[in-house]
Amino acid sequence: MDLLTPELGLFFWTLIAFLAVFLILKKFAWKPILASLGEREKGIADSISAAERIKGEMTQLKSENEKLMVQAREERSVMLKEAKEMKDKIVNEAKEQAKAEANKIIIDAQLQIQQQKMAAMTEVKNEIGTLAIEVAEKILRKQLNSNEGQEAYMSMLSKDIKLN
Amino acid sequence: MNCKRFFSLLVLVFGLFGQPGFSFGQAEGNTAEVAPEGAEGPKKEGINITELVFGHVSDSHEWHFFSTKKENGEESPVAVPLPMIIYQPGTGLKIFSSHHFEDWHHGAEGSLVSNSYEGLHIEKKIKEKVVAEDGSKVYDLSITKNVVSMIIGVVLLLTIMLSASKKYQANGTNAPKGMQNFIEVVIIFIRDEVAIPNLGHNAKKFMPLLLTIFFFIWINNLLGLLPGGANFTGNIAVTAFLALVAFIVMIANSNKHFWSHLLNPPDVPFLVKCLLVLIELMSLIIKPVALMIRLFANMLAGHIVILSVICLIFIFAGISKVVGGVFIPVSLAFSVFMFMLELLVAAIQAFIFANLTAVFLGQSMEGGHDDHHDTEVHHSPKEIIA
Repeated sequence: MDLLTPELGLFFWTLIAFLAVFLILKKFAWKPILASLGEREKGIADSISAAERIKGEMTQLKSENEKLMVQAREERSVMLKEAKEMKDKIVNEAKEQAKAEANKIIIDAQLQIQQQKMAAMTEVKNEIGTLAIEVAEKILRKQLNSNEGQEAYMSMLSKDIKLN
Repeated sequence: MNCKRFFSLLVLVFGLFGQPGFSFGQAEGNTAEVAPEGAEGPKKEGINITELVFGHVSDSHEWHFFSTKKENGEESPVAVPLPMIIYQPGTGLKIFSSHHFEDWHHGAEGSLVSNSYEGLHIEKKIKEKVVAEDGSKVYDLSITKNVVSMIIGVVLLLTIMLSASKKYQANGTNAPKGMQNFIEVVIIFIRDEVAIPNLGHNAKKFMPLLLTIFFFIWINNLLGLLPGGANFTGNIAVTAFLALVAFIVMIANSNKHFWSHLLNPPDVPFLVKCLLVLIELMSLIIKPVALMIRLFANMLAGHIVILSVICLIFIFAGISKVVGGVFIPVSLAFSVFMFMLELLVAAIQAFIFANLTAVFLGQSMEGGHDDHHDTEVHHSPKEIIA
């Protein structure tokens, strides 16, 4: 059929136009457009991967921070515990020392009191002895001053002897 | 978003403005012709419609928009004469305007013959053919209606793409703006859906070709849909050339693996091998022929259907003016629907041509080491659809 036979003229002009369009667009349109599309896509992919990486780093940092925090908290509690123990120990030691000191002082005091008491007792005994001797001397002197006294005493002595 | 807007604009232009204006322009001329002739009307109308439809879908040496009737009944066409470039081996190159051929008379076998000028005349059946008076060979390289339409398309294509390219270079890697948005969607679609699945790592090398084929066909398809536009992509010379490009690129890039499989299929008995090689060689030729016919037939058929639907108005008007008047909205609604469909077909055919070019290229280039299965799986369903 007529419609199915290609015309030379149209074929020829299509050839020229298509090749011209192809070469022009290839050089001035497709290459730059595709290049910038590729560049943009690469940029986007890079940004996304960078963001991803940073996110990873952030989570890592965060977990590290948390770990540090936990560690610090543990250390703090350990330190507090130690301090408390130390305090208790010191207080207890001080108490014991004080107690021991007090006991020692008390014992010393009791000892001294005892000694003083003993000394005072001996002195009082001596004093009483002397006094008694003096009183007895005075009594004897008075009794034996008279004859009758001497005789009574002698009779008493003799009575004693007799009794024996 | 932008793409959607662009399409609705096109639909608006073609569907609302172009269509009624076009058909009303014709209606005046034709009904005026029918009225005085009475009973002879419908028959004459039939002949006119064949001429009208095929006049629109075939190439011409002038760009005819419409004809008006003068008061004395003489028809005066409103047309742009186009330059004629004729090469004759004896006399050399002749360049002159086509308005020198203006006196048409009926010739043999229902053809129209023009007056002769410079020893040449045009014979018009369905196609116009330049014939030398002395019967010598004539090479017609005229800038015909289709060539002018193609040049308009090419200029549009270059303007759009070069301005977009400039924007890309100016904009760098920033987000696309305006026309860039629209083009970018298409380019990325061609790259991701056509080139990469079929060509794999070779995709980058053939992207310019595929993009050029796609946009060249698409923009010319769309221009052909404009009222009064030429049926450029529905012309077999054009599709033959495009298919030839695909074929040449395919052969030029075919590898050893492809030829060895084609000429010496492995693990096949001798007799079957002979048959297989024959079939394979035929398929090698059939591939570009199918490409050629597919685009040609689709676009031609689309044009013919739209024109026929519009011409229904005049056929009915030939029977009775009332019936014709009643049929106008039906016909318009149907032709608007057809226009929408053709808009879709314009893009789909361009995509299919580019896609099949990529598929054939991919077949001719796939090697033993390549992702054989991938291409095999990918192209077969597409080929069935096409």
